[in-house]
Formats: sequence, structure tokens, C-alpha cells
Amino acid sequence: MDARFFAAWMTETAHAVAAARDELTRLDAAIGDADHGTNLDRGFTAVTESPPAAATPREVLTAAGTTLIRKVGGASGPLYGTALRRMGAALPDTPEVSLADLAEALTAGVDGVRRLGGAAEGDKTMVDALAPAARALTEAVRAGASPEAALDAAMSAAEAGAKATVPLRARKGRASYLGERSVGHMDPGAASTSLLLAALRAACGPGSPGAGSGPAGPA
Amino acid sequence: MKKLINDADAVVTDALAGLAVAHPRLLGVDLATRVVYRRQGATPGKVGLVSGGGSGHEPLHAGFVGYGMLGAACPGEIFTSPVPDQIIEATNRADGGAGVLHVVKNYTGDVLNFEMAAELCAEDGIEVATVLVNDDVAVKDSLYTAGRRGTGATVFVEKIAGALAEWGASLGEVARLAGQVNTRSRSFGVALAACTVPAAGKPTFDLGESEIELGIGIHGEPGRSRVPAAPMREVVRTAMDALHEDMPLSGEVLVMVNGMGGTPLIELYGVFGEVAEYLARKGATPERSLVGNYVTSLDMQGFSVTACLLTDDLKRLWDAPVETAALRWGR
Repeated sequence: MDARFFAAWMTETAHAVAAARDELTRLDAAIGDADHGTNLDRGFTAVTESPPAAATPREVLTAAGTTLIRKVGGASGPLYGTALRRMGAALPDTPEVSLADLAEALTAGVDGVRRLGGAAEGDKTMVDALAPAARALTEAVRAGASPEAALDAAMSAAEAGAKATVPLRARKGRASYLGERSVGHMDPGAASTSLLLAALRAACGPGSPGAGSGPAGPA
Repeated sequence: MKKLINDADAVVTDALAGLAVAHPRLLGVDLATRVVYRRQGATPGKVGLVSGGGSGHEPLHAGFVGYGMLGAACPGEIFTSPVPDQIIEATNRADGGAGVLHVVKNYTGDVLNFEMAAELCAEDGIEVATVLVNDDVAVKDSLYTAGRRGTGATVFVEKIAGALAEWGASLGEVARLAGQVNTRSRSFGVALAACTVPAAGKPTFDLGESEIELGIGIHGEPGRSRVPAAPMREVVRTAMDALHEDMPLSGEVLVMVNGMGGTPLIELYGVFGEVAEYLARKGATPERSLVGNYVTSLDMQGFSVTACLLTDDLKRLWDAPVETAALRWGR
């Protein structure tokens, strides 16, 4: 996995966020302040509009994270920005990284978000999608899965994690002000995290799960 | 959605450009970095105050930049906290060499962005202290929430701490007093109709013709509970009971009856009269008052009430001269 793969991840994410912009804002209107879609769209558009001349995966993610922190504002800017910057910092500074490196980096990203936002799993936040995805990726790597299969597993875990926030009561962020009334709505941060993991899978290109093909470049 | 805007994405920029030409002797506006600052610059040797937050709460915060209050303000996108770069730029603008106080409303996004900015300012050699405003009694401060929100008391903190800074107090003294004002203040908000975020195009929540929302915040987010609409007297009693149960009201009180952006003044004055009667029943007096739109939520209909238990010092500082776009007296 090289810098182009990670740049493709950011591009796929920008497309996915732009397409889901109104849906994310609608989710946020239900239990927050109706700006999640517009904020993330602005951020990832900025990330892809001025891609840095990055030679390594680490540089791509660090630069993308910095752009999010600088452009997005709100809680999602610092949180997503920190996630990507921690991921970047956890990767070896080499032109190519392995799937195992990515799994470790994603785990480091989750830790960064947890530390900055103070949220634990079950608090109805992006951590509820991000943490299971990191675990699924780590397990898949341990089981020797192909990149496609491993990222499929991470994507599915994030999606399931996002869906599982629906019955939860929010304990962090703006939705926590609603108490019991936050129950019954999907957390918008978990929903957008699920988009990021789907974009990561898409960046890996087509391929059936378990096909065992080698590391794929960007589609 | 019917609004006096050209384009949902240009609302904040258009407003800042207008603010600059409306108050050219008072304010400078850097449209590129989105920072509003005092036209005459920072006063050397004086502690500077910086605040910021999402736009949509006007006149908060840019309307409070000027003599006796803020040195600079950094408005973010609508209902979205500013980014660290903006906060750093505002801090630089307000820095007169005696340090800068960040007045931060307690929302996750505001707290995170101000924290990041404060760290970077410290690396640049600017001494920064932070006061967190969390006066909203509608939210229980517990492990199960992000803590109480900062709402109306922000105006009191900016005015009173700003006056002390003008008198030449140190950063530590200004920060301590700002914290004291916050500790002595409580707020509660009620909505009759939700606001419409321009980019969203429709009201954030739907309230029935005969429903009101109790315990709202200032971002159009739904509140603590939804109840049938009632005569103003009963609504005010609910709000004041919430304040009084949390912080017994007695003695001299500074009271703000604040419109959320879409409420006629005639109704706000009615509310103030009722608030004054409530205070009298508790043996308290509304010694100083503000009635009007100070911390709004775009076009939301409704009001919030904020009470601060005064001391002689706080009263003197409240009365001290102020010259900003939104508050102006004694000068």
C-alpha cells in the first residue's frame, strides 16, 4: 500500500461524504445541530482539492489530518484530523506499508480519538464504529486475510457499529444534552466513520473477499 | 426556506463584510482569516479577551468586540466552532503583552479547537488562560453528558472580565473573576419554534402549533422536554424554577431576558416583568438588566433567561464603560 492508495482513500471518502452530505446533516438535525454533513464535506473537499506532494502513506495521512483540523471546526474537525494524524504517525515512514501496518495505525487512530474526545465505546459516538473496525482489521490480519477481505471485515464492522448506535443513549457530544431522547437515532459521527471505512475498502479496488490477491493499488 | 441571503455558503462572509462597514471606527474585520478585532488594536500592557464560537448567535461574539469587552472574536461557520488558526490569529490581535483570556462556551467542538489553539499560542510565547462558561441548568453536569452548555452567561463574563482587564488587572485576576461570574450565573432557554440553518434549508426540529420545547441550547438543538404551550406566566415560572432550584436566587441579581432571534421585543419585556415578579417573591431584586437579542439561534422563536448573583464589585464592573457594536454605555 503506497501513497497513491492512501490518496485514493481520501478521494473515495470525499466522494462518499459529498454524496451523503444531506443524509449526515439530517441525522445530525435529529440529535445535534444539523451541520455534520456540510462540515465534513467542506473538510474532505479541501483535503482532495490541494493534495500535498506526499511520497509516503504517512505524509498523506498527516497532511490530510492537518487540513481537517484547519478547515472543519466543530468537534469533527479535531477528532477526524487527530485520527488521521495519529494513523500517519503510527505508520513506518516508507513508500510502502503493509496491511498489518495499516491495522496498527487504525488502532492508534482510535486511541487518539478516544483520548481527545474522552469517549468510550457505547457512548454513541464515532468510536462505536471506529473501534470495532480497528479490531476487525487486526483480527483479519492475524488470520492472514487478503487486503480485500480484511478491509471488507473492517467496513462491515464499522457499519454494524454505526447501526448499533441507534438504541444507545448519547453520553458525549451535543447529542448527550438530549438524554433519553437521543435513543432511536443513529449517531452521525458513527455514520460518517462507516463511510470512511467503506471508502478505505473501495480504495483497495474490486476483488471478492478471500480472493487472496496481493496488495492492490488505487482503482 | 425564505431568508435574506444570497447563498447559504456565503452567509457568514456577507455578514462579516457588513459588520466591517457598519462599524468602521470601532471594528476591523479580516475576512480571509475571519477575525474581528478592535480598530485601534490591542492596548499595550492590558490583558486581552478573545472569544469565538459558531456563527448564528449574533451579536455574540463579534458584537462584543471593543472597549470594555473583547479584544478580538473569531466566528466559525454557522453553529460550528472556529478552527485553531482563527483562534490563534484572534489571540495575536488581542495580545497586548499581558496575556490573553479565552472565553470558551462548553461545547465539545469549541473546547477542542480552543485547547489546540491555546497550546500553539503558548509555544509562540503568548500566555493564555481559559474560562469555560457552563451556565445552562437544562443539562445535568454528569458522566452521562458533555457537561453543561455555555449560553447567556457568556455575555456577563465578557462584559465583567473585560471591564476588569480595562482597569489593568493581571491575567490571573481576570481569569479568576471570569470564573466567578460563570459560577454565580445560571440560564434556561425555551423555544416556541425551531431555527432554520441556511445550509440545511428546513427547521432543525418540528414543533406543533401548540407545543413548546423546554431547556433548549443555542444551536437549534432540541431541548430537555416538549410540553403543551402555556401562558407566558407559567412558562417563565418553569424557567425560573429551574434556575432557583439550581442556585437559590437572592439579593441583587443581574438578569438578562434574551431573545433567540425571532421573538418580538414586546414579548421579551412581558417576560422580564414576570421574571421581576418571580424574583420579588424570592426576596431578590433585578438590580441590573438586559432585555433584547444578545445570544441568538438564528431565527429561533423563544427566549432564555440568565441570572447572575451580584456583588458590589461585580455591579461596579458591570456599570463600567463599554463601547461595542451591541453594548454601549458610559463612554
